[in-house]
Amino acid sequence: MLLIRGGRVIDPASRRDEEGHLVLSEGKVREFLAGEAPKNFPGRVIPAEGKWVVPGLIDMHVHLREPGYEWKEDIRSGTLAAAAGGFTTLACMGNTKPVNDHPEVTRFILDKARTEGAVNVFPVAAVTRGLEGKEMTDFTELSEAGAVAFSDDGKPVASALLMRRAMEYARPFGYLIMTHSEDPELAEGGAAHEGWTAQRLGLPGIPAAAEDIAIAREILLARQTGGRVHIQHISTRMGVDLLRMAKRAGLAVTGETAPQYFTLTDAALEGYDTNAKMNPPLRGEEDRMAILEGILDGTIDAVASDHAPHEDYVKRCEFVAAANGIIGLQTSLPLTLALLAGGKVSPSRAVDLLSAGPARLLSLKGKGTLAPGADADVTVVDPDAEWEFRKEDILSKSRNSPFIGWKLRGRAAVTICGGRIRHSCQSGIDTDG
Amino acid sequence: MEWRRRHVLGLSDFRPEEIEFVVDTARSMEEVLTRDIKKVPALRGKTVVNLFFEASTRTRTSFEMAGKRLSADVVNFSSSTSSITKGETLLDTARNIEAMTPNILVIRHYASGAPHFLSRHLSCSIVNAGDGANEHPSQGLLDLYTILKAKGKVAGLKIAIVGDILHSRVVRSDLHSLGRMGARLWLCGPETLLPREMARTGATLTSDIREAVRDADAIIMLRIQLERQKTSFFPSIREYCRRYGLNRALFSLAKDDAVIMHPGPINRGVELSDDLADCDQSRILDQVASGVAVRMALLYLLAGGSHAAH
Repeated sequence: MLLIRGGRVIDPASRRDEEGHLVLSEGKVREFLAGEAPKNFPGRVIPAEGKWVVPGLIDMHVHLREPGYEWKEDIRSGTLAAAAGGFTTLACMGNTKPVNDHPEVTRFILDKARTEGAVNVFPVAAVTRGLEGKEMTDFTELSEAGAVAFSDDGKPVASALLMRRAMEYARPFGYLIMTHSEDPELAEGGAAHEGWTAQRLGLPGIPAAAEDIAIAREILLARQTGGRVHIQHISTRMGVDLLRMAKRAGLAVTGETAPQYFTLTDAALEGYDTNAKMNPPLRGEEDRMAILEGILDGTIDAVASDHAPHEDYVKRCEFVAAANGIIGLQTSLPLTLALLAGGKVSPSRAVDLLSAGPARLLSLKGKGTLAPGADADVTVVDPDAEWEFRKEDILSKSRNSPFIGWKLRGRAAVTICGGRIRHSCQSGIDTDG
Repeated sequence: MEWRRRHVLGLSDFRPEEIEFVVDTARSMEEVLTRDIKKVPALRGKTVVNLFFEASTRTRTSFEMAGKRLSADVVNFSSSTSSITKGETLLDTARNIEAMTPNILVIRHYASGAPHFLSRHLSCSIVNAGDGANEHPSQGLLDLYTILKAKGKVAGLKIAIVGDILHSRVVRSDLHSLGRMGARLWLCGPETLLPREMARTGATLTSDIREAVRDADAIIMLRIQLERQKTSFFPSIREYCRRYGLNRALFSLAKDDAVIMHPGPINRGVELSDDLADCDQSRILDQVASGVAVRMALLYLLAGGSHAAH
């Protein structure tokens, strides 16, 4: 039994945003209590006065690197970083080694997560065998093994025909296809957003059109097939516009963005900082503004970090040769909370982007809500905590972040997963072993 | 002026006084090159390593010559004779060289920013001898020096640069060296090789070579990289030559005393007609001569020389 006492309980899925107390028992949310806190509570009490109590955060786009790249990250280290960042559930991409294109790999990830993981892990399987873009994987077996969605993330599905078939085939079963949208020819050889910064630094460009054309393609295929598709890590202005248009047309298309795309622009590449190198690349200011707009008007359904750990030496090199991607699990929450500063994004909307939204998109039962009977995944957020993101605070095995040294506001005070305390930086509250 | 730089990575942050100072120093160096004994002991006991990851006989030779004229020990290291092919990282290669305690590392690399990256990890001085499509600072300075010698000034001059602007590190240094000294720059090439963003430098962009060349005081023709044709930036070399090759008729649109320049190597009959390459108004070989003087100046200043006095 656990009582989270006196916080502001924000649960957009139940349309709740009020002060009160939350009782957890036997791994589930038992009830919400308004008014006086219960006296002589027969269990642990977590004081949450002045804090927010929200459904455990869900990052629907991470790379845990296990199996195959355990020196970058593994399920243990990745889930510890997640817990520290307030996340209780992760959806991990299938570009491991071997690729998660076989139920054995899916089961391996789930077994590891059960025995070593600090938070819940839901594997995303590949759309095509070996991420080669040629043949579909066995969706049914993978789904039965525990895959919650399908994506060749890291690589686009180059063939429009194969993407069409995948959407069409998956449709009657409700399987979710997620896409890394990129026209590989237009993007070929590029290392930075094609714009003034790339010109100035003499870096080969990746035009926004490489992403836009692919997003348009997925949308048109969703229309053609009646299928459902989720666009991953949207970074462009047109990408947001296209998604908005698709939604207005009533198509089953959704989209996510990552904090880096609404926080940074390609100006961060100055000095050839390889920690600002990622794919899609950091774009221009007008793209950043359009992403913010898409978050405000509900076009964008979720914020996901695209947590992509890389060891130092693949980033400690010439820019064009450096690996793509940044870690994000410990910075995603404060960077998203920074959106509240303008007053346009409400706390409830932020929680929706980081928890209820992803749960809806991935159809995760009992997640993303604090309704009675839901899983006891709860994040106690201190929205006013000011802290510096230091290298030594990183729990991931990799430290490739452009946000090191940043002063951030808001953090997870306590992270509870399945009723167990997995992270705490609140004095007097220890984590469960 | 006091020289404070430890590296020459690019001209993007050079102030006009610094540019003038290097040019003044180059002038004194050129005087050395007119003597019977073309050598001074300024860099005796110093070591310059030319670390070249991309074939470039002329730039490497120019730096080698510059170092030797100043009595430095000059060692050449190129990727074809190294362990790069065995998968050694750039940093490891550079650290190996550094362990042999050179004073100055002259680096040419195919990746933009490679010298900047090394400068953060090594303690010796670094001179960028061309990094990807970013900068080629010694070329930018020698282009400026060549024009100054031909025209006496650059401020107010119309200077056209014609060719593959997109991939050119020469352009990205010339924009600083010539632009900062007040030249009116025109960039010209097929639209596929002429990024629109370049307008933000203050240069005028055009795909019409006649506009670029008309009343120009200097025309810098860039080498068209024949090997890039596989990605088809323009229909054919023949078509390119018809649109962007400089010939007598086009050159007659320029000022009577206009000069022709080219960073080399020339594709004769492609970007530059055979006769123009050798005409009286060509300064192409003077660029090569200026190059040695400018590079001597850079090595001299980096090695601790404070002024051009000899």
